[in-house]
Amino acid sequence: MKRTAIYENHAALGAKLVDFAGWEMPLLYRGIVEEHVYTRTVASVFDVSHMGRLYLRGADALTLLDRVCTRNCAKLAVGRCGYAHVCNEQGGILDDVIVSRGENHWIVVCNASNRDKVIRQLRDNMSGKKVELDDRTEQTIMLAIQGPATMALFREHIPIKFGDIKRYGFVTGSYMGMEYTLFRTGYTGEDGLELVLPAAAGPLVWDYLTQDGGGDRPTVKPAGLGARDTLRLEAGMPLYGHELGEHIDPISSSCGWAVDLMKDFIGAAAVRKIAADGPKRKLVGLTLEGRRIARQGAAVLDSAGKPIGEVTSGTFGPTVQKSIAMAYVDTPLATNGTPLKVDLRGEHAPAVVSPLQFYKRID
Amino acid sequence: MSVPGDRRYLKSHEWHKLDGDVVTIGITKFAADELTDITYVSLPPVGKDLSAGKPFGEIESVKATSDLYAGVSGKVVAINDQLANHPELVNNDPFNTGWMIKIKPSDAGQINALLDAAKYDATTGQH
Repeated sequence: MKRTAIYENHAALGAKLVDFAGWEMPLLYRGIVEEHVYTRTVASVFDVSHMGRLYLRGADALTLLDRVCTRNCAKLAVGRCGYAHVCNEQGGILDDVIVSRGENHWIVVCNASNRDKVIRQLRDNMSGKKVELDDRTEQTIMLAIQGPATMALFREHIPIKFGDIKRYGFVTGSYMGMEYTLFRTGYTGEDGLELVLPAAAGPLVWDYLTQDGGGDRPTVKPAGLGARDTLRLEAGMPLYGHELGEHIDPISSSCGWAVDLMKDFIGAAAVRKIAADGPKRKLVGLTLEGRRIARQGAAVLDSAGKPIGEVTSGTFGPTVQKSIAMAYVDTPLATNGTPLKVDLRGEHAPAVVSPLQFYKRID
Repeated sequence: MSVPGDRRYLKSHEWHKLDGDVVTIGITKFAADELTDITYVSLPPVGKDLSAGKPFGEIESVKATSDLYAGVSGKVVAINDQLANHPELVNNDPFNTGWMIKIKPSDAGQINALLDAAKYDATTGQH
């Protein structure tokens, strides 16, 4: 199994480690719920170094990205990041990525499990183009610092200076010879930052970030992938392998906003047809009564008990204090407020179609 | 970390403690830690007859849902009502206040067929 450059720090903290897409990653340090709540109320740092970091340079990098990604990358300004899907010719989702545009380079952050697929898709479309692809995943680390205290901490207590970064913006710079990229992005529903650094700096920066605050400096605590999952679920963000996959298209997954149907990306014809005909099923939120959790694969039933969909993720939301889920349901029933049922191992639990965002932070 | 020596165990991580003619059942700390934060425990009604080796309830955490098994047959005489609103007791104190059900076994001798502490520890790789 692969380990990130901060593995020893996790082990020293007594993290419970699990195999995640071939990486030995921290599932939790103190407890999923505690780490979740701390992220929503103060700030947590997550090691997300397993995610792919692909750098593109060259005159044709934009052309390549506009061919491979659903989003119109030409419309991204320098210093901005955008969410996009990478599709196959059938419109199936190979991965969901964040594309960031620098002055002379582009960065694609992709899922660990799909890194090879994304690299292959880029390489297969590079011939005749002036573009270089550099996979920097294993030479760098990526830390997500998320929670309401994050921005104040970085502005007032962290020596790297970065001016103003708006949501979905990023800056690059150098501090004492250490090159960094700082994105104002995240996967928790909180304000926060994602920081890419040389791998060698990882252990020190991790310790520096997680030291006791003292005085007026907020204390950032480590959080694992368990909390990251419950946080993203409350925020209504899709996860590849659950809400997204090669048998699902961007329209059905309610990510049409990240697709430019006017441009000729791989899979565009198929996606256009789905958009025109309307998807058969759509991704929705479900809120269940009681404390029981709907798991991936559980059948969703209409009020007559007929199967009309399937759960993709579910948990008991530690902040919203409700049993919440995401599910694909037949389009006519995919309207907020529709009463449905979920088959929880034989018991038909009442559920209501809800907006695909269970938690919204107050800025 | 070893489990308490005053009770018997199933490979599926339930502990069984005999007091007089009543067997109390819960899950081990190892199981509670594996499940992570427990959000819901489904228990049978008092008076129900349970069969050894058959599921008597379910336990859910933010991570997974698992069946709960009894290692002895008998009638449920009490359930831990606290768990409905405080399922975290199972994480915090699995061997005491996080208990789940009490059974009056049809034959108290059944408990001797279950794993002792050392044999259970061997199944989880704990010492």
